[in-house]
Amino acid sequence: MRKLLIWLPLVLFLAFVGLFATGLFKPDDRVIHSRLVGQPLPAFTLPAAASDRPALASAQFVTGKPRLLNIFASWCVPCAAEAPQLMALKQAGVEIDAIAIRDARPDVDGFLQRYGNPYARIGLDARSAVQMALGSSGVPETFVIDGKGRIAYQHIGDIRADDVPMILDRLKDAQ
Amino acid sequence: MIAEIGLAALWFAAALALLQLVLAFAGLKGGKPELLGAVRPAAVTQGILTAIAFAALITLFMRSDMSVLLVATNSHSMKPWLYKFAGTWGNHEGSMLLWVTVMGVAGAAVALFERALKRDAHMATLGGQAAISLGFYAFLLFSSNPFARIAQPPADGQGLNPLLQDPGLAFHPPTLYLGYVGLSVAFSFAIGALLTRQVDAAFARAMRPWVLAAWVLLTLGITAGSYWAYYELGWGGWWFWDPVENASLMPWLAATALLHSVTVLATRDALRAWTIMLAVVAFSMSMVGTFLVRSGILTSVHAFAVDPQRGSFILALLALYIGGALALFGWRIGSVREGAPFELVSRETMLVVNNLLLTVILGLVLIGTLYPLMTEAFGHKVSVGAPYFDRIAGPIALALMVAMAAGPLTRWRKDKAGVVGKRLLVPLAIAFVVSISLSLFAWGRIGILPFLGLVIAVAVGVASLAPLWKRKLLRTPLFTYGMVVAHLGCAVSLAGMACDSAFTVEKLVAARPGDMIQTAGWSIRFRQITPIAGDNWTALQADMDAGRGGSSVVIRPQSRFFASPPTTTSEAALLTRWDGQLYVVLGEEVEGGRWQLRIWWKPFVTLIWLGGIMIALGGALALVGRERRGWVMKWRPHNHNMTTEGVEA
Repeated sequence: MRKLLIWLPLVLFLAFVGLFATGLFKPDDRVIHSRLVGQPLPAFTLPAAASDRPALASAQFVTGKPRLLNIFASWCVPCAAEAPQLMALKQAGVEIDAIAIRDARPDVDGFLQRYGNPYARIGLDARSAVQMALGSSGVPETFVIDGKGRIAYQHIGDIRADDVPMILDRLKDAQ
Repeated sequence: MIAEIGLAALWFAAALALLQLVLAFAGLKGGKPELLGAVRPAAVTQGILTAIAFAALITLFMRSDMSVLLVATNSHSMKPWLYKFAGTWGNHEGSMLLWVTVMGVAGAAVALFERALKRDAHMATLGGQAAISLGFYAFLLFSSNPFARIAQPPADGQGLNPLLQDPGLAFHPPTLYLGYVGLSVAFSFAIGALLTRQVDAAFARAMRPWVLAAWVLLTLGITAGSYWAYYELGWGGWWFWDPVENASLMPWLAATALLHSVTVLATRDALRAWTIMLAVVAFSMSMVGTFLVRSGILTSVHAFAVDPQRGSFILALLALYIGGALALFGWRIGSVREGAPFELVSRETMLVVNNLLLTVILGLVLIGTLYPLMTEAFGHKVSVGAPYFDRIAGPIALALMVAMAAGPLTRWRKDKAGVVGKRLLVPLAIAFVVSISLSLFAWGRIGILPFLGLVIAVAVGVASLAPLWKRKLLRTPLFTYGMVVAHLGCAVSLAGMACDSAFTVEKLVAARPGDMIQTAGWSIRFRQITPIAGDNWTALQADMDAGRGGSSVVIRPQSRFFASPPTTTSEAALLTRWDGQLYVVLGEEVEGGRWQLRIWWKPFVTLIWLGGIMIALGGALALVGRERRGWVMKWRPHNHNMTTEGVEA
């Protein structure tokens, strides 16, 4: 018994080292799995954020075809970096709607003029109310919405060039 | 040039550590005892060299030498001098250099001042210290060189995290590190004792002052860190159970247990294997804490630079040193004789209870801290928060406090339960009165844990003074005062914690300049918002008059903006009164020219840190008392009588 007890600390410690090693060498999974996946979009109606695009409401996502919902802002630098990827997605035939967060119409117009406009509709969320309801904590974020108006995927942060195929797959899966 | 001197000093120190290890090993095991004569000089020189390396890094920071990578990435020429100075250890490489320096200086101190150990145990201890240092030298030199230069020096540095730009940084990390790394001495003592098979009362008496010193500094460091988090983060809390905080708490729990078990070993020659185990565990917890913090495998509010390569380096060191020590323990401890036996009702038993409870808390904190890691290994993401720790550690800590009240009133070797009960009569009666009056005045308003906390704090406070009862106060040894003050400090701190959680009043308002806010007996007039500029920041400052009853005082919470790196911090306004603190935080501007204000009235919250300081002071008194007693013994060798210590302690 005493003999066993004497070696117990070493055994426990080795178990901890094993744990630390797996924690250290495992590929880092920093993906946050959204609780909203599978949930319907929260109901909202937003005014138009840009001069040449119509306003946005949650009902418009029930079209039978998956769409992207991009959360952005004209004051957000990563959003500008993300713009080419959104254009690429649009060219691949994806329909993209957007919500501009804490923004003003002239600023949004200027942003779209500089970085391109991949959006079909843009709603203005001046107080982040819809953003909060969507469980989104920052800009940019992108949601894949299936044809029935349910959230299929939440992408936190900007879409990088190598994320584009993954987003296309998500859209296909949502069909 | 200075950077090169620092780097050279570091390399020489590492070489000396290797030499020290080889000399000690060859002298003890290789049959060349004449080599042992060089071990102590090697340790002392090594300590001096690490101090030179550290001084070199401080000089580079003070001079804002941007050709050194570390300075360029962590400092800025515009910073006030205090933060240039303290910024030396406000980063990974600098703090690891501080670690190595403390280790080197502690080793030198053991070489110079340790007189109680037998020669071979002393040499084995110094060999152990060299072995541990060697790993950390390698870590510093091969993967975290603080003196690396850059070919193209930038015009100015990137600055220091504004949260760290606080006088607290000059004090808190070095004290904490002195404690953390000071425990390495206890670790080396344990290794030395195992290697030379000398685990006895004399060994414990030799180790005790080192443990006490490290523990005092660790206590101060944790207390300072807690107060710093309290006023600097602006969240109104004093402990967040963050992994980094736990990393400092776990060595403290182990060291506190060690402090008590080493007393049993020194006085009664019992708990031999257990004391050795605790000495190993205490410093192991320091290293595990460093690993958790530095490798980034746990997410924490203390965002340190994360580097997996460094993480694997520290993990290798952990496996080598802790694994090695535990293997040595398993291999050797069987040959250590069982210590002296003791009765069930005795001081020894109470101290065993103390040790068990502290160890259980340590285990639970360790599990709570590592649980996210464990579940992640199985694919789930979980975070363990304050409610777990409060609910789990709280009740056990209260039980520990009860044991603390009874322990000092129980005699060594053998006592009678009835007699101990009688000695506890006064504290028990007071506890009864307090609980009745609390039930009458605050029933339903405070939770069960704060309620018990207050009752136990008062009872323990009274009981902790009991060892002085009916004694000639002038002839009572200093270390008894040390114990009394430290235990009283625990009661004071507990009272502060219980008051804070039971009676804190919190108010969140959106106020316009000119508004009057009433809360917890205070009237606060929000006069205006003024922009002001500091050394390297600008701020929005709210001018307010806070008063209760008659006169009022001006308080000025700020929201500070630092340009380099761009960050906003909130500087809470604290108003300290004898019965608590008013804590005001200025938030963001909301619609209509109103400002978010968060106001707390925290009754007796300052007792938490006052208690912490008392605990450390008690430790310091015990240290001085023991050491002075040692000097007296040396002058009067005929009076050296072990049993007197047993009666008095």
